Amino acid sequence: MQNSFYREIINDHNLRPLHKHMLPRAQRELRGVNPSCGDDITLRLTVRDGVIEEGAYTGDGCAISQASADMMLDLVLGKTTEEALHLADIFLRMIKGGASAEEIGELEEAGSLIDVSHMPARVKCAVLGWHTLQNLLGEE
Amino acid sequence: MDVKAVRRDFPLLSGGSSLAYLDNAATAQKPEAVLRAIRDFYETSNANPLRGLYALSQRATDAYEEAREAVRDFIGAGSAEEIIFTRNATESLNLVAYSYGSLLQAGDEIAVSVTEHHSNLLPWQQLAGRTGAVLRWIECDAAGIITEDAFRSALSERTRLVAMAQVSNVLGRENDIRTFARIAHEAGAVFVCDGAQSVPHMPVDVRALGVDFLAFSGHKMCGPMGIGVLYGRRELLEKMPPFLFGGEMIEYVTREGATWAELPHKFEAGTVNAAGAVGLKAAIDYYRAVGFDEIVRREEALSELAYRTLAGIPHLRILGAPEGAEDSAVREGAGAERHGIFSFTLDGVHPHDIAEILSADGIAVRAGHHCAQVLLQHLGVSSAARVSLAFYNTEEEILRLGESLRSVRRRMGYAE
Repeated sequence: MQNSFYREIINDHNLRPLHKHMLPRAQRELRGVNPSCGDDITLRLTVRDGVIEEGAYTGDGCAISQASADMMLDLVLGKTTEEALHLADIFLRMIKGGASAEEIGELEEAGSLIDVSHMPARVKCAVLGWHTLQNLLGEE
Repeated sequence: MDVKAVRRDFPLLSGGSSLAYLDNAATAQKPEAVLRAIRDFYETSNANPLRGLYALSQRATDAYEEAREAVRDFIGAGSAEEIIFTRNATESLNLVAYSYGSLLQAGDEIAVSVTEHHSNLLPWQQLAGRTGAVLRWIECDAAGIITEDAFRSALSERTRLVAMAQVSNVLGRENDIRTFARIAHEAGAVFVCDGAQSVPHMPVDVRALGVDFLAFSGHKMCGPMGIGVLYGRRELLEKMPPFLFGGEMIEYVTREGATWAELPHKFEAGTVNAAGAVGLKAAIDYYRAVGFDEIVRREEALSELAYRTLAGIPHLRILGAPEGAEDSAVREGAGAERHGIFSFTLDGVHPHDIAEILSADGIAVRAGHHCAQVLLQHLGVSSAARVSLAFYNTEEEILRLGESLRSVRRRMGYAE
Protein backbone atom coordinates (compact mmCIF):
# COMPACT_ATOMS: atom_id res chain seq x y z
CA MET A 1 0.00 0.00 0.00
CA GLN A 2 2.85 2.37 -0.84
CA ASN A 3 0.95 4.20 -3.56
CA SER A 4 -0.11 7.36 -1.75
CA PHE A 5 -3.38 7.68 -3.70
CA TYR A 6 -4.66 4.36 -2.37
CA ARG A 7 -3.27 5.12 1.06
CA GLU A 8 -5.39 8.28 1.09
CA ILE A 9 -8.56 6.43 0.13
CA ILE A 10 -7.97 3.89 2.89
CA ASN A 11 -7.10 6.54 5.46
CA ASP A 12 -10.24 8.45 4.56
CA HIS A 13 -12.54 5.45 4.99
CA ASN A 14 -10.72 4.40 8.16
CA LEU A 15 -10.78 7.80 9.87
CA ARG A 16 -14.11 9.06 8.51
CA PRO A 17 -16.21 5.97 7.82
CA LEU A 18 -19.70 6.53 6.48
CA HIS A 19 -21.16 3.24 7.61
CA LYS A 20 -19.49 2.53 10.94
CA HIS A 21 -22.35 2.81 13.39
CA MET A 22 -25.09 0.79 15.04
CA LEU A 23 -28.21 -0.19 13.10
CA PRO A 24 -31.00 -0.53 15.66
CA ARG A 25 -33.56 -1.93 13.23
CA ALA A 26 -31.22 -4.43 11.60
CA GLN A 27 -32.85 -7.72 10.69
CA ARG A 28 -29.65 -9.65 10.57
CA GLU A 29 -26.22 -9.35 12.01
CA LEU A 30 -23.05 -11.40 11.86
CA ARG A 31 -19.67 -11.03 13.47
CA GLY A 32 -16.49 -11.67 11.51
CA VAL A 33 -13.15 -12.12 13.25
CA ASN A 34 -9.58 -12.74 12.16
CA PRO A 35 -8.42 -14.60 15.26
CA SER A 36 -4.73 -14.37 14.43
CA CYS A 37 -4.61 -10.60 14.05
CA GLY A 38 -7.65 -9.44 16.00
CA ASP A 39 -9.62 -7.68 13.23
CA ASP A 40 -13.20 -7.82 14.44
CA ILE A 41 -16.31 -6.48 12.71
CA THR A 42 -20.03 -6.96 13.15
CA LEU A 43 -22.04 -6.42 9.99
CA ARG A 44 -25.73 -5.48 10.21
CA LEU A 45 -28.22 -5.38 7.33
CA THR A 46 -31.85 -4.74 6.59
CA VAL A 47 -33.04 -6.55 3.46
CA ARG A 48 -36.51 -5.93 1.96
CA ASP A 49 -37.82 -7.61 -1.20
CA GLY A 50 -34.33 -8.88 -1.95
CA VAL A 51 -32.76 -5.40 -1.75
CA ILE A 52 -30.21 -4.30 0.85
CA GLU A 53 -31.95 -1.20 2.15
CA GLU A 54 -29.78 -0.44 5.14
CA GLY A 55 -26.39 -1.63 6.30
CA ALA A 56 -23.71 -0.69 8.80
CA TYR A 57 -20.81 -2.20 10.72
CA THR A 58 -19.08 -1.79 14.06
CA GLY A 59 -15.83 -3.22 15.33
CA ASP A 60 -12.15 -2.53 15.36
CA GLY A 61 -9.10 -3.59 13.48
CA CYS A 62 -6.44 -2.32 11.12
CA ALA A 63 -7.15 0.41 8.59
CA ILE A 64 -7.45 -2.02 5.67
CA SER A 65 -10.05 -4.20 7.41
CA GLN A 66 -12.19 -1.25 8.46
CA ALA A 67 -11.84 0.73 5.23
CA SER A 68 -12.63 -2.34 3.16
CA ALA A 69 -15.88 -2.93 5.08
CA ASP A 70 -16.82 0.73 4.68
CA MET A 71 -16.20 0.69 0.90
CA MET A 72 -18.14 -2.55 0.64
CA LEU A 73 -21.20 -1.00 2.23
CA ASP A 74 -20.86 2.06 -0.04
CA LEU A 75 -21.06 -0.35 -2.94
CA VAL A 76 -23.81 -2.77 -1.92
CA LEU A 77 -26.37 -0.49 -0.28
CA GLY A 78 -29.43 -0.29 -2.52
CA LYS A 79 -28.40 -3.33 -4.52
CA THR A 80 -30.08 -6.73 -4.56
CA THR A 81 -28.54 -9.50 -2.49
CA GLU A 82 -27.76 -11.27 -5.76
CA GLU A 83 -25.80 -8.27 -7.04
CA ALA A 84 -24.02 -7.94 -3.68
CA LEU A 85 -22.92 -11.57 -3.76
CA HIS A 86 -21.76 -11.11 -7.35
CA LEU A 87 -19.63 -8.12 -6.28
CA ALA A 88 -18.25 -9.98 -3.25
CA ASP A 89 -17.24 -12.78 -5.58
CA ILE A 90 -15.38 -10.33 -7.83
CA PHE A 91 -13.69 -8.69 -4.83
CA LEU A 92 -12.44 -12.00 -3.43
CA ARG A 93 -11.17 -13.06 -6.84
CA MET A 94 -9.44 -9.69 -7.30
CA ILE A 95 -7.55 -10.15 -4.02
CA LYS A 96 -6.46 -13.59 -5.21
CA GLY A 97 -5.34 -12.04 -8.49
CA GLY A 98 -8.12 -13.58 -10.63
CA ALA A 99 -10.46 -10.79 -11.72
CA SER A 100 -10.52 -8.93 -15.05
CA ALA A 101 -10.05 -5.15 -15.33
CA GLU A 102 -13.68 -4.84 -16.39
CA GLU A 103 -14.88 -6.73 -13.31
CA ILE A 104 -12.67 -4.64 -11.03
CA GLY A 105 -14.31 -1.57 -12.54
CA GLU A 106 -17.62 -2.80 -11.13
CA LEU A 107 -16.15 -2.56 -7.62
CA GLU A 108 -15.75 1.22 -7.95
CA GLU A 109 -13.65 2.56 -5.06
CA ALA A 110 -13.20 -0.89 -3.49
CA GLY A 111 -11.19 -1.76 -6.60
CA SER A 112 -8.41 0.39 -5.15
CA LEU A 113 -7.68 -2.46 -2.74
CA ILE A 114 -6.20 -4.46 -5.63
CA ASP A 115 -2.76 -3.62 -4.20
CA VAL A 116 -3.54 -6.04 -1.38
CA SER A 117 -3.23 -8.92 -3.85
CA HIS A 118 0.54 -8.32 -3.63
CA MET A 119 0.51 -8.29 0.18
CA PRO A 120 -0.22 -11.83 1.45
CA ALA A 121 -0.11 -10.72 5.09
CA ARG A 122 -2.99 -8.27 4.54
CA VAL A 123 -5.32 -10.44 2.48
CA LYS A 124 -7.26 -11.60 5.55
CA CYS A 125 -7.77 -7.97 6.60
CA ALA A 126 -9.13 -6.89 3.22
CA VAL A 127 -11.55 -9.79 2.77
CA LEU A 128 -13.00 -9.90 6.32
CA GLY A 129 -16.03 -7.69 5.59
CA TRP A 130 -16.74 -9.39 2.28
CA HIS A 131 -16.59 -12.89 3.73
CA THR A 132 -18.90 -11.75 6.51
CA LEU A 133 -21.31 -10.36 3.90
CA GLN A 134 -21.25 -13.64 1.99
CA ASN A 135 -21.98 -15.61 5.14
CA LEU A 136 -24.71 -13.24 6.22
CA LEU A 137 -26.52 -13.37 2.88
CA GLY A 138 -25.83 -17.07 2.52
CA GLU A 139 -28.01 -17.72 5.58
CA GLU A 140 -31.16 -17.23 3.51
CA MET B 1 32.13 -4.87 20.68
CA ASP B 2 32.97 -4.05 17.07
CA VAL B 3 29.42 -4.11 15.70
CA LYS B 4 30.52 -3.61 12.11
CA ALA B 5 32.70 -6.70 12.36
CA VAL B 6 29.92 -8.67 14.08
CA ARG B 7 27.44 -7.75 11.34
CA ARG B 8 29.87 -9.02 8.72
CA ASP B 9 29.48 -12.46 10.35
CA PHE B 10 25.80 -12.47 9.34
CA PRO B 11 25.16 -12.93 5.61
CA LEU B 12 21.63 -11.54 5.86
CA LEU B 13 22.81 -8.37 7.65
CA SER B 14 25.80 -7.66 5.44
CA GLY B 15 25.52 -7.89 1.67
CA GLY B 16 24.25 -4.33 1.28
CA SER B 17 20.83 -4.79 2.86
CA SER B 18 19.52 -1.69 4.62
CA LEU B 19 16.84 -3.62 6.53
CA ALA B 20 16.65 -2.76 10.23
CA TYR B 21 15.72 -6.17 11.63
CA LEU B 22 14.01 -5.47 14.96
CA ASP B 23 12.04 -8.72 15.37
CA ASN B 24 14.67 -10.73 17.19
CA ALA B 25 12.29 -12.08 19.82
CA ALA B 26 10.58 -13.93 16.97
CA THR B 27 13.79 -15.35 15.56
CA ALA B 28 17.41 -14.25 15.38
CA GLN B 29 19.62 -14.01 12.30
CA LYS B 30 22.25 -16.68 11.69
CA PRO B 31 26.00 -16.15 11.56
CA GLU B 32 28.06 -17.77 8.82
CA ALA B 33 29.65 -20.09 11.42
CA VAL B 34 26.26 -21.71 12.11
CA LEU B 35 25.41 -22.11 8.43
CA ARG B 36 28.85 -23.58 7.79
CA ALA B 37 28.54 -26.07 10.68
CA ILE B 38 25.25 -27.38 9.31
CA ARG B 39 26.70 -27.71 5.82
CA ASP B 40 29.85 -29.40 7.19
CA PHE B 41 27.74 -31.95 9.04
CA TYR B 42 25.88 -32.96 5.89
CA GLU B 43 29.06 -32.93 3.80
CA THR B 44 31.31 -34.88 6.14
CA SER B 45 29.30 -36.64 8.88
CA ASN B 46 25.83 -37.39 7.55
CA ALA B 47 24.48 -40.74 8.67
CA ASN B 48 21.67 -41.66 11.04
CA PRO B 49 23.11 -41.07 14.52
CA LEU B 50 22.89 -43.65 17.33
CA ARG B 51 22.20 -46.56 14.95
CA GLY B 52 24.87 -47.59 12.49
CA LEU B 53 27.93 -49.55 13.47
CA TYR B 54 30.08 -48.04 10.73
CA ALA B 55 32.49 -45.16 11.13
CA LEU B 56 30.35 -42.52 9.43
CA SER B 57 27.39 -43.19 11.71
CA GLN B 58 29.74 -42.99 14.67
CA ARG B 59 30.91 -39.60 13.45
CA ALA B 60 27.31 -38.41 13.24
CA THR B 61 26.65 -39.77 16.73
CA ASP B 62 29.74 -38.03 18.10
CA ALA B 63 28.76 -34.71 16.53
CA TYR B 64 25.26 -34.99 17.98
CA GLU B 65 26.45 -35.92 21.47
CA GLU B 66 29.12 -33.19 21.43
CA ALA B 67 26.30 -30.74 20.78
CA ARG B 68 24.40 -32.14 23.77
CA GLU B 69 27.47 -31.68 25.95
CA ALA B 70 27.87 -28.09 24.70
CA VAL B 71 24.28 -27.33 25.70
CA ARG B 72 24.77 -28.96 29.12
CA ASP B 73 27.79 -26.76 29.74
CA PHE B 74 26.01 -23.66 28.38
CA ILE B 75 23.11 -23.88 30.88
CA GLY B 76 25.05 -25.41 33.77
CA ALA B 77 23.24 -28.76 33.92
CA GLY B 78 24.81 -31.53 35.98
CA SER B 79 24.67 -34.22 33.33
CA ALA B 80 24.25 -34.46 29.54
CA GLU B 81 21.51 -37.04 30.18
CA GLU B 82 19.38 -34.18 31.45
CA ILE B 83 19.49 -32.46 28.03
CA ILE B 84 16.76 -33.56 25.61
CA PHE B 85 16.72 -32.23 22.07
CA THR B 86 13.30 -31.21 20.76
CA ARG B 87 12.07 -29.07 17.87
CA ASN B 88 11.68 -25.90 19.91
CA ALA B 89 10.62 -24.51 23.30
CA THR B 90 6.96 -25.22 22.48
CA GLU B 91 7.65 -28.93 21.99
CA SER B 92 9.77 -29.00 25.16
CA LEU B 93 6.90 -27.55 27.19
CA ASN B 94 4.38 -29.93 25.61
CA LEU B 95 6.68 -32.83 26.44
CA VAL B 96 6.57 -31.88 30.12
CA ALA B 97 2.81 -31.27 30.02
CA TYR B 98 2.07 -34.66 28.45
CA SER B 99 4.69 -36.73 30.23
CA TYR B 100 5.07 -35.22 33.69
CA GLY B 101 1.46 -34.07 33.40
CA SER B 102 0.29 -37.69 33.18
CA LEU B 103 1.37 -38.07 36.82
CA LEU B 104 -1.14 -35.40 37.93
CA GLN B 105 -4.60 -36.18 39.31
CA ALA B 106 -7.97 -34.47 39.51
CA GLY B 107 -7.89 -31.74 42.13
CA ASP B 108 -4.15 -31.11 41.79
CA GLU B 109 -3.32 -27.51 41.00
CA ILE B 110 -1.19 -26.00 38.24
CA ALA B 111 -0.14 -22.35 38.62
CA VAL B 112 0.59 -20.30 35.49
CA SER B 113 1.31 -16.59 35.19
CA VAL B 114 -0.94 -14.32 33.11
CA THR B 115 2.13 -13.02 31.28
CA GLU B 116 2.85 -16.33 29.57
CA HIS B 117 3.25 -16.97 25.86
CA HIS B 118 0.56 -19.38 24.63
CA SER B 119 3.22 -22.11 24.42
CA ASN B 120 3.57 -22.01 28.21
CA LEU B 121 -0.14 -21.63 28.83
CA LEU B 122 -2.15 -23.82 26.46
CA PRO B 123 -0.28 -27.06 27.34
CA TRP B 124 -1.26 -26.48 30.99
CA GLN B 125 -4.81 -25.40 30.22
CA GLN B 126 -5.22 -28.58 28.14
CA LEU B 127 -3.57 -30.70 30.82
CA ALA B 128 -6.03 -29.34 33.38
CA GLY B 129 -8.87 -30.25 31.03
CA ARG B 130 -7.56 -33.79 30.55
CA THR B 131 -6.84 -34.59 34.17
CA GLY B 132 -9.34 -32.51 36.14
CA ALA B 133 -6.47 -30.54 37.64
CA VAL B 134 -7.22 -26.90 38.47
CA LEU B 135 -5.47 -24.06 36.63
CA ARG B 136 -4.60 -21.18 38.98
CA TRP B 137 -3.45 -17.79 37.66
CA ILE B 138 -0.47 -15.85 38.96
CA GLU B 139 -1.41 -12.20 38.41
CA CYS B 140 0.86 -9.32 37.41
CA ASP B 141 0.43 -5.62 38.15
CA ALA B 142 -0.13 -2.86 35.56
CA ALA B 143 3.61 -2.75 34.89
CA GLY B 144 3.64 -6.48 34.20
CA ILE B 145 5.55 -7.22 37.40
CA ILE B 146 4.79 -10.38 39.38
CA THR B 147 5.31 -9.76 43.06
CA GLU B 148 6.20 -12.40 45.63
CA ASP B 149 2.79 -11.83 47.26
CA ALA B 150 0.97 -12.40 43.96
CA PHE B 151 3.02 -15.52 43.41
CA ARG B 152 2.33 -16.92 46.87
CA SER B 153 -1.38 -16.25 46.63
CA ALA B 154 -1.68 -18.49 43.55
CA LEU B 155 -0.14 -21.45 45.38
CA SER B 156 -1.70 -23.88 47.82
CA GLU B 157 -0.85 -27.21 49.40
CA ARG B 158 -2.38 -28.81 46.30
CA THR B 159 -0.04 -27.08 43.82
CA ARG B 160 1.93 -29.69 41.90
CA LEU B 161 3.42 -27.61 39.10
CA VAL B 162 4.28 -23.95 38.42
CA ALA B 163 5.03 -22.72 34.88
CA MET B 164 6.58 -19.33 34.21
CA ALA B 165 8.78 -17.60 31.65
CA GLN B 166 12.02 -16.07 32.85
CA VAL B 167 11.53 -13.11 30.47
CA SER B 168 8.15 -12.08 29.00
CA ASN B 169 8.00 -12.04 25.20
CA VAL B 170 5.71 -9.00 25.33
CA LEU B 171 7.04 -6.85 28.17
CA GLY B 172 10.64 -8.03 28.33
CA ARG B 173 10.45 -8.06 32.10
CA GLU B 174 12.47 -10.64 34.00
CA ASN B 175 10.83 -12.69 36.72
CA ASP B 176 12.74 -13.55 39.87
CA ILE B 177 12.91 -17.23 38.96
CA ARG B 178 15.32 -18.17 41.75
CA THR B 179 12.91 -16.90 44.44
CA PHE B 180 9.79 -18.26 42.74
CA ALA B 181 11.34 -21.71 42.20
CA ARG B 182 12.28 -21.85 45.90
CA ILE B 183 8.74 -20.92 46.98
CA ALA B 184 7.27 -23.48 44.56
CA HIS B 185 9.49 -26.18 46.02
CA GLU B 186 8.46 -25.24 49.56
CA ALA B 187 4.87 -25.79 48.44
CA GLY B 188 5.82 -29.21 47.03
CA ALA B 189 5.52 -28.23 43.37
CA VAL B 190 7.94 -28.59 40.46
CA PHE B 191 8.97 -25.44 38.60
CA VAL B 192 8.90 -25.29 34.79
CA CYS B 193 10.78 -22.33 33.33
CA ASP B 194 10.27 -21.07 29.78
CA GLY B 195 13.68 -19.71 28.79
CA ALA B 196 12.83 -18.88 25.17
CA GLN B 197 13.44 -15.15 25.69
CA SER B 198 16.08 -15.36 28.42
CA VAL B 199 18.61 -18.01 27.36
CA PRO B 200 19.62 -16.03 24.22
CA HIS B 201 20.17 -12.82 26.19
CA MET B 202 21.64 -13.63 29.60
CA PRO B 203 23.74 -16.39 31.12
CA VAL B 204 21.28 -18.95 32.52
CA ASP B 205 22.38 -21.58 35.02
CA VAL B 206 19.70 -24.15 35.78
CA ARG B 207 21.25 -25.21 39.07
CA ALA B 208 21.77 -21.65 40.31
CA LEU B 209 18.14 -20.86 39.41
CA GLY B 210 16.91 -24.09 40.99
CA VAL B 211 14.41 -24.88 38.23
CA ASP B 212 13.23 -28.43 37.56
CA PHE B 213 12.66 -27.93 33.83
CA LEU B 214 13.96 -25.33 31.38
CA ALA B 215 12.76 -25.02 27.78
CA PHE B 216 14.29 -22.94 25.00
CA SER B 217 14.64 -22.73 21.21
CA GLY B 218 17.85 -22.72 19.20
CA HIS B 219 16.61 -20.33 16.52
CA LYS B 220 16.18 -17.39 18.89
CA MET B 221 19.89 -17.54 19.77
CA CYS B 222 21.34 -17.52 16.26
CA GLY B 223 20.98 -21.29 15.85
CA PRO B 224 18.87 -22.98 13.18
CA MET B 225 15.10 -23.42 13.28
CA GLY B 226 13.85 -26.88 14.26
CA ILE B 227 16.13 -27.53 17.21
CA GLY B 228 15.12 -26.87 20.80
CA VAL B 229 16.09 -28.03 24.24
CA LEU B 230 14.40 -29.39 27.31
CA TYR B 231 16.47 -29.57 30.46
CA GLY B 232 14.94 -31.71 33.19
CA ARG B 233 16.21 -32.87 36.55
CA ARG B 234 17.24 -36.49 36.27
CA GLU B 235 15.03 -37.83 39.12
CA LEU B 236 11.99 -36.33 37.42
CA LEU B 237 12.89 -37.45 33.90
CA GLU B 238 13.47 -40.97 35.15
CA LYS B 239 9.99 -41.35 36.59
CA MET B 240 8.29 -39.75 33.57
CA PRO B 241 6.81 -41.91 30.79
CA PRO B 242 7.98 -41.32 27.19
CA PHE B 243 6.22 -38.56 25.22
CA LEU B 244 6.64 -39.98 21.70
CA PHE B 245 7.02 -43.65 20.86
CA GLY B 246 9.02 -45.15 18.01
CA GLY B 247 12.54 -45.83 16.88
CA GLU B 248 15.63 -45.48 19.02
CA MET B 249 13.79 -44.80 22.27
CA ILE B 250 13.45 -48.43 23.34
CA GLU B 251 15.59 -50.93 25.13
CA TYR B 252 13.66 -54.05 24.23
CA VAL B 253 10.37 -54.68 22.42
CA THR B 254 8.22 -57.83 22.47
CA ARG B 255 4.71 -58.58 21.23
CA GLU B 256 3.40 -57.69 24.64
CA GLY B 257 5.27 -54.50 25.43
CA ALA B 258 8.55 -52.69 25.64
CA THR B 259 11.09 -51.28 28.02
CA TRP B 260 12.44 -47.81 27.43
CA ALA B 261 15.91 -46.63 26.56
CA GLU B 262 18.00 -44.77 29.10
CA LEU B 263 17.92 -41.00 29.36
CA PRO B 264 17.97 -38.89 27.29
CA HIS B 265 17.08 -41.25 24.41
CA LYS B 266 13.82 -42.26 26.10
CA PHE B 267 12.52 -38.83 25.03
CA GLU B 268 14.04 -38.67 21.55
CA ALA B 269 11.97 -41.02 19.41
CA GLY B 270 12.70 -41.24 15.71
CA THR B 271 15.59 -39.83 13.69
CA VAL B 272 16.92 -36.81 15.52
CA ASN B 273 17.79 -33.38 14.11
CA ALA B 274 21.54 -33.91 14.35
CA ALA B 275 22.43 -31.13 11.92
CA GLY B 276 20.24 -28.78 13.94
CA ALA B 277 21.99 -29.77 17.16
CA VAL B 278 25.36 -29.24 15.48
CA GLY B 279 24.15 -25.81 14.33
CA LEU B 280 23.05 -24.97 17.87
CA LYS B 281 26.49 -25.90 19.19
CA ALA B 282 28.01 -23.58 16.57
CA ALA B 283 25.71 -20.81 17.84
CA ILE B 284 26.87 -21.43 21.43
CA ASP B 285 30.49 -21.32 20.21
CA TYR B 286 29.70 -18.07 18.39
CA TYR B 287 28.26 -16.51 21.56
CA ARG B 288 31.47 -17.51 23.37
CA ALA B 289 33.67 -16.09 20.61
CA VAL B 290 31.86 -12.73 20.72
CA GLY B 291 31.68 -12.92 24.52
CA PHE B 292 28.38 -13.35 26.38
CA ASP B 293 29.26 -10.50 28.77
CA GLU B 294 29.86 -8.26 25.76
CA ILE B 295 26.53 -9.33 24.27
CA VAL B 296 24.67 -8.55 27.50
CA ARG B 297 26.37 -5.15 27.89
CA ARG B 298 25.63 -4.17 24.30
CA GLU B 299 21.98 -5.27 24.46
CA GLU B 300 21.54 -3.28 27.68
CA ALA B 301 22.91 -0.15 26.03
CA LEU B 302 20.68 -0.63 22.97
CA SER B 303 17.67 -1.23 25.23
CA GLU B 304 18.30 2.02 27.09
CA LEU B 305 18.47 3.93 23.80
CA ALA B 306 15.35 2.22 22.46
CA TYR B 307 13.34 2.98 25.60
CA ARG B 308 14.36 6.66 25.59
CA THR B 309 13.59 6.89 21.86
CA LEU B 310 10.13 5.31 22.16
CA ALA B 311 9.24 7.21 25.34
CA GLY B 312 9.81 10.53 23.56
CA ILE B 313 7.31 9.88 20.77
CA PRO B 314 3.93 11.63 21.10
CA HIS B 315 0.85 9.36 21.31
CA LEU B 316 3.04 6.27 21.81
CA ARG B 317 2.31 4.08 24.85
CA ILE B 318 4.77 1.43 25.95
CA LEU B 319 2.98 -1.58 27.43
CA GLY B 320 3.76 -2.10 31.09
CA ALA B 321 4.83 1.53 31.57
CA PRO B 322 1.95 2.87 33.64
CA GLU B 323 3.90 6.02 34.48
CA GLY B 324 3.23 7.16 30.90
CA ALA B 325 5.40 6.76 27.86
CA GLU B 326 5.78 10.48 27.32
CA ASP B 327 7.61 10.86 30.59
CA SER B 328 10.63 12.77 29.33
CA ALA B 329 12.65 12.03 32.45
CA VAL B 330 13.02 8.33 31.75
CA ARG B 331 14.61 6.59 34.70
CA GLU B 332 18.06 5.17 34.05
CA GLY B 333 17.88 1.40 33.74
CA ALA B 334 14.19 1.41 32.71
CA GLY B 335 15.20 0.28 29.22
CA ALA B 336 17.81 -2.28 30.22
CA GLU B 337 15.37 -4.08 32.49
CA ARG B 338 13.16 -4.80 29.43
CA HIS B 339 15.87 -6.98 27.88
CA GLY B 340 15.45 -5.40 24.47
CA ILE B 341 11.71 -6.15 24.16
CA PHE B 342 9.27 -3.23 23.85
CA SER B 343 5.61 -3.58 22.94
CA PHE B 344 3.67 -0.41 22.29
CA THR B 345 0.57 1.14 20.80
CA LEU B 346 0.14 4.41 18.94
CA ASP B 347 -3.13 6.26 19.56
CA GLY B 348 -5.58 5.82 16.71
CA VAL B 349 -3.36 3.54 14.61
CA HIS B 350 -3.77 -0.22 14.48
CA PRO B 351 -0.47 -2.07 15.12
CA HIS B 352 -0.69 -3.78 11.73
CA ASP B 353 -0.69 -0.39 10.09
CA ILE B 354 2.32 0.65 12.20
CA ALA B 355 4.20 -2.45 11.07
CA GLU B 356 3.28 -1.91 7.44
CA ILE B 357 4.48 1.70 7.44
CA LEU B 358 7.70 0.74 9.21
CA SER B 359 8.17 -2.02 6.65
CA ALA B 360 7.93 0.56 3.87
CA ASP B 361 10.79 2.36 5.64
CA GLY B 362 12.86 -0.83 5.77
CA ILE B 363 12.21 -1.64 9.44
CA ALA B 364 10.96 -5.07 10.53
CA VAL B 365 8.84 -5.22 13.69
CA ARG B 366 6.14 -7.60 14.89
CA ALA B 367 2.49 -6.62 15.28
CA GLY B 368 -0.37 -8.58 16.77
CA HIS B 369 -1.14 -10.27 20.05
CA HIS B 370 2.31 -11.91 20.31
CA CYS B 371 0.76 -15.24 21.31
CA ALA B 372 -0.06 -13.73 24.69
CA GLN B 373 -3.76 -12.93 24.51
CA VAL B 374 -4.35 -13.45 28.24
CA LEU B 375 -1.71 -10.81 29.05
CA LEU B 376 -3.05 -8.37 26.45
CA GLN B 377 -6.58 -8.82 27.81
CA HIS B 378 -5.16 -8.18 31.28
CA LEU B 379 -3.48 -4.98 30.06
CA GLY B 380 -6.63 -3.92 28.18
CA VAL B 381 -5.25 -3.84 24.64
CA SER B 382 -6.20 -6.10 21.75
CA SER B 383 -2.89 -5.92 19.93
CA ALA B 384 0.41 -4.10 19.96
CA ALA B 385 3.52 -3.51 17.89
CA ARG B 386 6.76 -4.96 19.23
CA VAL B 387 10.40 -4.02 18.77
CA SER B 388 12.95 -6.60 19.93
CA LEU B 389 16.69 -6.13 19.79
CA ALA B 390 19.81 -8.24 19.45
CA PHE B 391 23.46 -7.38 19.94
CA TYR B 392 24.00 -6.93 16.19
CA ASN B 393 21.47 -4.11 15.98
CA THR B 394 22.84 -0.58 15.73
CA GLU B 395 22.09 2.76 17.35
CA GLU B 396 21.39 4.11 13.87
CA GLU B 397 18.65 1.51 13.36
CA ILE B 398 16.95 2.55 16.59
CA LEU B 399 17.08 6.23 15.64
CA ARG B 400 15.61 5.37 12.22
CA LEU B 401 12.82 3.51 14.04
CA GLY B 402 12.11 6.62 16.11
CA GLU B 403 11.97 8.90 13.07
CA SER B 404 9.71 6.52 11.20
CA LEU B 405 7.35 6.11 14.17
CA ARG B 406 7.05 9.90 14.50
CA SER B 407 5.71 10.02 10.94
CA VAL B 408 3.17 7.20 11.26
CA ARG B 409 0.19 9.19 12.52
CA ARG B 410 0.64 11.83 9.82
CA ARG B 411 0.85 9.11 7.17
CA MET B 412 -2.35 7.58 8.54
CA GLY B 413 -4.17 10.84 7.91
CA TYR B 414 -4.00 12.49 11.33
CA ALA B 415 -3.15 16.18 11.57
CA GLU B 416 -0.33 15.32 14.04
